[in-house]
Amino acid sequence: MPDEITPELFAHLVELAALELTPEESEYLRKQLNGQLKAIHELERIPVPDDVPPAAHGVTYPSPIRPALRADETRPCHDAEKILKQAPEVEEGYFVVPEIPHEEL
Amino acid sequence: MPELCDLTAHELVAKLKARDITAVEILESTFRRIDAVEGRAPSTGETAPRPSAPHPDDARKAHAYISIQRERAMERAKAIDALIARGEDPGPLAGAPLSVKDIFCVEGTPSTAGSKMLESFIAPYTATPVERLERAGAVLVGKANLDEYAYGSSNESSAFQPAPRNPWDLTRVPGGSSGGSAVSVAAGEAVVSIGTDTAGSIRQPAAFCGVVGVKPTYGRVSRYGLIAFGSSLDCPGPITRDVRDAALMLNVMSGADTYGDSTAAHIPVPDFTTQLDEGVKGLRIGLSPDYFRIRYPDAQTGELRDTEITPEIKQAVLAAAQKLAQAGAEIIENVPMPNTHLAIPAYFVVSRVEAASNLHRFDGVKYGYRTRAPVNDLREMYQKTRAEAFGLQPKLRILMGLYVSGAQYAKQYYQRALRVRTLIRRDFEAAFDPHGPYRCDVLLTPTTPTTAFEIGAVYGDSVLMQYADLLTVPANHAGTPGISVPCGLDSNGLPIGLQILANDWDEATMLRVAAAYEQWTASERWRQARPRLLEH
Repeated sequence: MPDEITPELFAHLVELAALELTPEESEYLRKQLNGQLKAIHELERIPVPDDVPPAAHGVTYPSPIRPALRADETRPCHDAEKILKQAPEVEEGYFVVPEIPHEEL
Repeated sequence: MPELCDLTAHELVAKLKARDITAVEILESTFRRIDAVEGRAPSTGETAPRPSAPHPDDARKAHAYISIQRERAMERAKAIDALIARGEDPGPLAGAPLSVKDIFCVEGTPSTAGSKMLESFIAPYTATPVERLERAGAVLVGKANLDEYAYGSSNESSAFQPAPRNPWDLTRVPGGSSGGSAVSVAAGEAVVSIGTDTAGSIRQPAAFCGVVGVKPTYGRVSRYGLIAFGSSLDCPGPITRDVRDAALMLNVMSGADTYGDSTAAHIPVPDFTTQLDEGVKGLRIGLSPDYFRIRYPDAQTGELRDTEITPEIKQAVLAAAQKLAQAGAEIIENVPMPNTHLAIPAYFVVSRVEAASNLHRFDGVKYGYRTRAPVNDLREMYQKTRAEAFGLQPKLRILMGLYVSGAQYAKQYYQRALRVRTLIRRDFEAAFDPHGPYRCDVLLTPTTPTTAFEIGAVYGDSVLMQYADLLTVPANHAGTPGISVPCGLDSNGLPIGLQILANDWDEATMLRVAAAYEQWTASERWRQARPRLLEH
């Protein structure tokens, strides 16, 4: 079977993924992707009747046991300093990032 | 006379409550074992795992942990002894040394997910199941090694090397991704452990290391504080030396969170220990040919072909069925599970999409690694950060996840995989249907297609590696619970795992069958064998 993920398509995926790869990594990863796709094509070897719905997860969750979504409310963080200390770069309580790419209008 | 660190948690708790021993003595025994077998601390400096270790001593050591919290543990042990001295109840797991797969956040500890990306991350809060285990008296000893972000079945892909080795044969892998957890329990470097199971990551290393591993029903245990991999598949669960310890841990870990957690179901948690001595009389135990004749990649050519499972493993599982029949169970043969062979192909799609989505949060802004290379803009910072701090497995998962969920391919791949997932689920529903032709209480299967493989033999071949989960992943798709218990040794002296699968929320019956098997085989000779790591 010819490769389905061509070097061109692979380069597009790498761009989408915001990755940067060495040539050796690219060669290895592309080969692995095509190997995995071969296994994935097993899914096409059986008929899946139209009335089979997709399963988002296995266990059915009838409403009495379904975990409720948390209310969308703000909760004060009592130790913001502890959270901010994890960040690579912080200034006056803000995360610092490099220039955000934009186009002049 | 066994060391304290070699006993089970329930034995230790009984001795502790009788004031025969102290929690500090248990912990000191565990530290002595760690000093003897663990080896040097791992680091992210050495990227590629290699069969021949760079340090001559590495090949003789267990390497279960990424970090060990000695002072924190000693404080906890002393606090438990103080509770007992005051006559207070120290909890059902009091003094039990606990290892925690390093994919759970534990406040104040490095919580790395086995990735360079999170090497410097100190968790600001504790995951719910870990918090509950600590509240029940368990003493957190350290954070156990794992495949990077739990992406693997051998523990070789961890960014923290040297990676764990199998205590039964140090040239072999411990399985994964909860490899360090299984090694720590098998080697006496902890008495119990908590891992996660997305495709078999608790049950497979438990089988490879000769210990007990439980994947509960999806939603039984909260995922709050777990670094997510496949959010529709991930299940935290116990790794222990016997079934009773697993039941005790599950009692503590299970159930909905009180403060608005949306990852655990609101369903009552029974006492999982009450049925352990009830035996199997009258239970219907199913065997499915689809777990013995499997579609598996050829190790040389990579082509999928139908093959019989390793004969020694098949024999061990059939012998277990026979023993359970002698103990009074009814064995139901030929239960069809026809979609089993599609579980890995469907998993290749579903898990990659979810993994790619979950990996997007690691961007070098709010926590974790950020490149030190000069960059012109934010996008370049993302690229360099991810290039430098993600290993090959996360990169592979991001790329596959993006491909199979891309607009032009989603119907062919992602949608189809989710619908095949429904078919896999229906296999289980039919087997357990109380009004159907099979009416099984549990299914009995092998946990793994092979016993532990050699370090380096599979690593690098991401397809063959994934197929190590062939017999465990169907339950993750279905959401149903499963347990692996030791059921003998193969001709190389390597442990074989027996898998027991049950219906939604019926961990109690599953644990009951596992305990009955354990009791029925308690005097068998193979149970006297110890991991070779502990023999000298």
